[in-house]
Amino acid sequence: MKKEPFFRMSKRESISLWKEALIYVISVFLALIVCAGVIYALVQMNPIDVYKAIFDGALGSKRRIWITVRDTLTLLCIGIGLAPAFKMRFWNIGAEGQILMGGVAAAALMINLGDTVPNVLLILLMLVAAIAAGMLWGLIPTVFKAYWNTNETLFTLMLNYVAMQVVTYCIIFWENPKGSNSVGIINQTTRAGWLPEMFGNDYFWNIVIVAALTIFMFVYLRYSKHGYEVAVVGESERTARYAGINVKKVMLSTMALSGAICGLAGFIIVSGSGHTISTSTADGRGFTAIIVAWLARFNSFAMVLIAFGIVFMEKGAIQIASQYGLNEEASDVLLGIILFFILGAEFFIRYKVERNGNKK
Amino acid sequence: MEQTYAIELHNITKRFGSVTANDKVSLTLRKGEILCVLGENGSGKTTLVNMISGIYYPEEGKITVDGREVRIRSPKDSFDLGIGMVHQHFKLVDILTAAENIILGLQDEVETHSEAGEGRSGIPALKRLRRGASRQVIDMKRVVADINALTEKYGFELDPYQKIYEMSVSQKQTVEIVKMLYRGARILILDEPTAVLTPQEADRLFAVLRNMKNDGCSIILITHKLHEVLAVSDRVSVLRKGHYIDTVNTSEATVASLTEMMVGAKVDLNIERPEPKNPVKRLELKNVTCTTKDGLHSLDHASLTVYGGEILGIAGIAGSGQKELLEAIAGLEPVSEGTVTFYPGENQPREITNLDVAGIRKLGVRLAFVPEDRLGMGLVGSMDMTDNMMLRSYRRGRSEFLDRRTPGKLAEKVKDQLEIVTPSISAPVGRMSGGNVQKVLVGREIAQHPKVLMVAYPTRGIDINSSYTIYHLLNEQKEHGVAVICVIEDLDVLMELCDRIAVLCGGQITGIVDGRTAKKEELGVLMTKHMAHLSDEEPVPEERSQSSGASGIASGQDRRGGAGK
Amino acid sequence: MSVIIIFIQKAIMQGMGILFGALGEILTEKSGNLNLGIPGIMYMGGIAGLMGAFFYELGTENPNPVLGLLISFLCALACAMLGGLIYSVLTISLRANQNVTGLALTIFGTGFGNFFGGSVSKLAGGVGQISVSTTAGAFQTKIPVLSKIPVLGDILFSYGFLTYLAILLAFALSFFLFRTRSGLNLRAVGENPGTADAAGISETKYKYLATCIGAGIAGMGGLYFVMEYSGGTWTNNGFGDRGWLAVALVIFAMWRPLNAIWGSVLFGALYILYLYIPGLGRAAQEIFKALPYLVTILVLVVTSFRKKKENQPPQGLGVPYFREER
Repeated sequence: MKKEPFFRMSKRESISLWKEALIYVISVFLALIVCAGVIYALVQMNPIDVYKAIFDGALGSKRRIWITVRDTLTLLCIGIGLAPAFKMRFWNIGAEGQILMGGVAAAALMINLGDTVPNVLLILLMLVAAIAAGMLWGLIPTVFKAYWNTNETLFTLMLNYVAMQVVTYCIIFWENPKGSNSVGIINQTTRAGWLPEMFGNDYFWNIVIVAALTIFMFVYLRYSKHGYEVAVVGESERTARYAGINVKKVMLSTMALSGAICGLAGFIIVSGSGHTISTSTADGRGFTAIIVAWLARFNSFAMVLIAFGIVFMEKGAIQIASQYGLNEEASDVLLGIILFFILGAEFFIRYKVERNGNKK
Repeated sequence: MEQTYAIELHNITKRFGSVTANDKVSLTLRKGEILCVLGENGSGKTTLVNMISGIYYPEEGKITVDGREVRIRSPKDSFDLGIGMVHQHFKLVDILTAAENIILGLQDEVETHSEAGEGRSGIPALKRLRRGASRQVIDMKRVVADINALTEKYGFELDPYQKIYEMSVSQKQTVEIVKMLYRGARILILDEPTAVLTPQEADRLFAVLRNMKNDGCSIILITHKLHEVLAVSDRVSVLRKGHYIDTVNTSEATVASLTEMMVGAKVDLNIERPEPKNPVKRLELKNVTCTTKDGLHSLDHASLTVYGGEILGIAGIAGSGQKELLEAIAGLEPVSEGTVTFYPGENQPREITNLDVAGIRKLGVRLAFVPEDRLGMGLVGSMDMTDNMMLRSYRRGRSEFLDRRTPGKLAEKVKDQLEIVTPSISAPVGRMSGGNVQKVLVGREIAQHPKVLMVAYPTRGIDINSSYTIYHLLNEQKEHGVAVICVIEDLDVLMELCDRIAVLCGGQITGIVDGRTAKKEELGVLMTKHMAHLSDEEPVPEERSQSSGASGIASGQDRRGGAGK
Repeated sequence: MSVIIIFIQKAIMQGMGILFGALGEILTEKSGNLNLGIPGIMYMGGIAGLMGAFFYELGTENPNPVLGLLISFLCALACAMLGGLIYSVLTISLRANQNVTGLALTIFGTGFGNFFGGSVSKLAGGVGQISVSTTAGAFQTKIPVLSKIPVLGDILFSYGFLTYLAILLAFALSFFLFRTRSGLNLRAVGENPGTADAAGISETKYKYLATCIGAGIAGMGGLYFVMEYSGGTWTNNGFGDRGWLAVALVIFAMWRPLNAIWGSVLFGALYILYLYIPGLGRAAQEIFKALPYLVTILVLVVTSFRKKKENQPPQGLGVPYFREER
């Protein structure tokens, strides 16, 4: 006799929006309780104080707010870049590499043309170069995927480290001061190639670029013919062929776009926030952004919230860590716990779980 | 004489939703016999045996094995009773060898059961005793020796070390059968085993089955090929539309008597069939051939002319090339030989062979296609009605942006006209019922104002009312002068709906008959024709292409005269 | 001569940590789970081993090296397997996406390692430098007598026990996968879960076990770096990209544990090759450092060109299997 499982699950026919939201809220709430437990176990800090400190760390002062905004923008930009690729079910784990290549291209122009070209032109050139470099880095694995079905997850992953070596290679030529093995702040005095301050705000252009991208990607995926093709290819290649879509072409153009935006993110980091280039320019954000795009189900406005939430937690955790002299990587632990809960929660959105009856 | 049966089924009923797949079916399998279960597609044969092999569980009725009443709730239960089933779709792991596949999943539980089951003598039992000691580590030499002993005993040809992906279909089938025997099965069920075999391979299989029978195995063979039934079985049980018809001794049966039992008397369905009005040539296929990866012809020199203003039905047992025929026309299946030509009417004919969907559309050929796989090909399940409406037309207009207003209106219109039940046109179509999904698909394709409309199994899995709605839509298209091609399983429907019926068998068109005068028996014979007429031929591609290709054209043209004109 | 010996030694030392990671990932991937959390799991194993030893040595007057080693080993194993369990619950039971879950696990695990690595002394009440010299010494103990043999002893016998464990594990894993019934069943689960299910194999059970045990093995890689390679010290992000290199090695080895042995030494050699080629500029060195990845990409591309079935990833890799959704 076959034993029946205690619970049985079935795919949900549909779920109302508020119920879906409720499941997410519950999961985040549970995650926060677990996080609080972890923090309490480590530092015996009152959980309420903990969350106060997190808030303080992320939004406690004007400067902190702007840093949180800046990092949210960067993460969001990468997430937006990844959205079309993942919507097409193309596993672009290579955003790190695409960001680095974009960053390197921008930095190269910044360093070499710093004093010879007018600033506006320099910035435009940097922008174009970064986009081209990111696009190239995104297209390499795609060509192999489209024509020989080479596994893109592993290919893009490997390219991240090739890009990293390209960066360290360049740093050797660019290092400043000599022997420091780092580039330092590029054009610190002339500010050539820096996205200029606007209305007294360092990050004005970052906001403009990323906001434009957010709206663009939303419109692109939802209202453009290309976006429609991406969705159909992601759903089923057979259907795409039936609809007369050239799957290879869509794959290539989508990854060109995805790589280009990730390259642009590299430009934003180099020109608009860090003003330097190093192997930690991407800093794992290429991976985190996958989670941003995935959890938002490729809706760019939802990505804004999720990116903010992640950066908020990170900054807050850093604050707690520094208050207690702990390591600031605590943020990744907390982030990890929250992600586990949210990923787990998706199950309850897609499936109904019932106590088992006698039905077979 | 007192006889215990290997398997007895009493009044088995199985329903899927509102559809009754088996209605009080009873069946007996004697020990040491080959029983054929005969029936058309959709007659419930496979459902019935799936209840013996534990895939489905019957709603009513009882099953006895060796005289004891049993409950078979999983494949494993069935297995423990010594029943082995060879499905149409082989369950094998490609990169493993034959031997590895044969012992897959065998752990000590299986051993204990077979040790308990005395009487299942022969080589496997001996082997099991020996193997008890070293359960985890595979002694491949011994396994292979045991397999070789089995294959020699029954006359299989099998290299246990060969990888599955290097094998032909018939070799894979051998692996499946040997797998069952190795595990001690004494009752073997084969579901359409010869559908994928060449005549020679089929003959070899039958020889093996006879050897097994002589060794005391009981075998159920599901088929719809009459000459096979006559050649190999001891008794025949016939099912029709989920009902049990009768069981006869093969020695007393003839092709004619079996056909009659299988197709039954003509049922009047009252499907309307307007007379075709001035049919014009719309589409011409000449020697169209599709070749599979293994070099077999899934469509074999099919020649066909389709007229605007008529409905051409395609009959044939499942997998005879229907899918390839439609997809070759639609630009989804590469054509390795032959031509497809579209006749726009006043303009020059246009060849559309091997153009893809976009290419065909660019030539201005309005071709609508309702594929068999509705949610896997025809529609995107996660998208709503509006977005699905534009799947084939979203490119219209120069704008880079989608026009959702027109498809939105269309969605509303289709929803109202075809009475589609859905909360709103913005609900994902994947969540609709089968009938509604099909209406969305047919509604969209018709809205393209096609010149040629192809539909595959338009009413499969669909309730009666929706079915009639769809027949009505097809007739409407016909009256508008559209050339309608439809693949339908049910011969009764075909004979009432279609003006002409082309019959496919083994990828070849074995005949084209007038729908108004066609006889069921005639169709039945054509559907299994290649076995009777062509089985003597070598399956060498070149030879086949000459002989049968020529006859294909001939029969196509010969019979056309009677139709539609 | 001695340079070559040192080179080989260093290559092997670089390679062994990667080998553990790759072996764990091979086992996991053979079940059809693409666990991109392996880098995180290696961090988890490493820090847990270090902390186990640290608290043991902190609390004992005269720490026993063998006991320290055992505690540290078990802590690493348990913690790494916990990582595998998180991945399994999310992807197998709760059906979350494998890649996303793996990446989340890597974020978590890396943070976990670095957090405790940087904070453990503070958490223990500010004892200053973490010192696990006794335990680390035990991990680094070479094979007595044999390691004294000139040349041969240096190349083959002058490593701690984890190195030999890794090699042994590779052979054991190979034997398990290709010679035992459970191994055969596991491969079937990874290739074609539907078929395995029909053959009565519980794919859930196999996936859980393979993923958790695989994570445990990968965790040994972290332990190796912390204890034997770094001598019981922690540097933040000290593993660098070795976790991903382990994932790359799986591809390079074409999912065969025995290939992974020489593959790991080759990767180790490529990783440090730049240090041993005379006259290399710093820039050229950096290019050399990309070699392991370029080689992996090459292997990936060539195997996809040739489409030889045996060298492809398991067919069910990354694809979830739910019986009712067939």
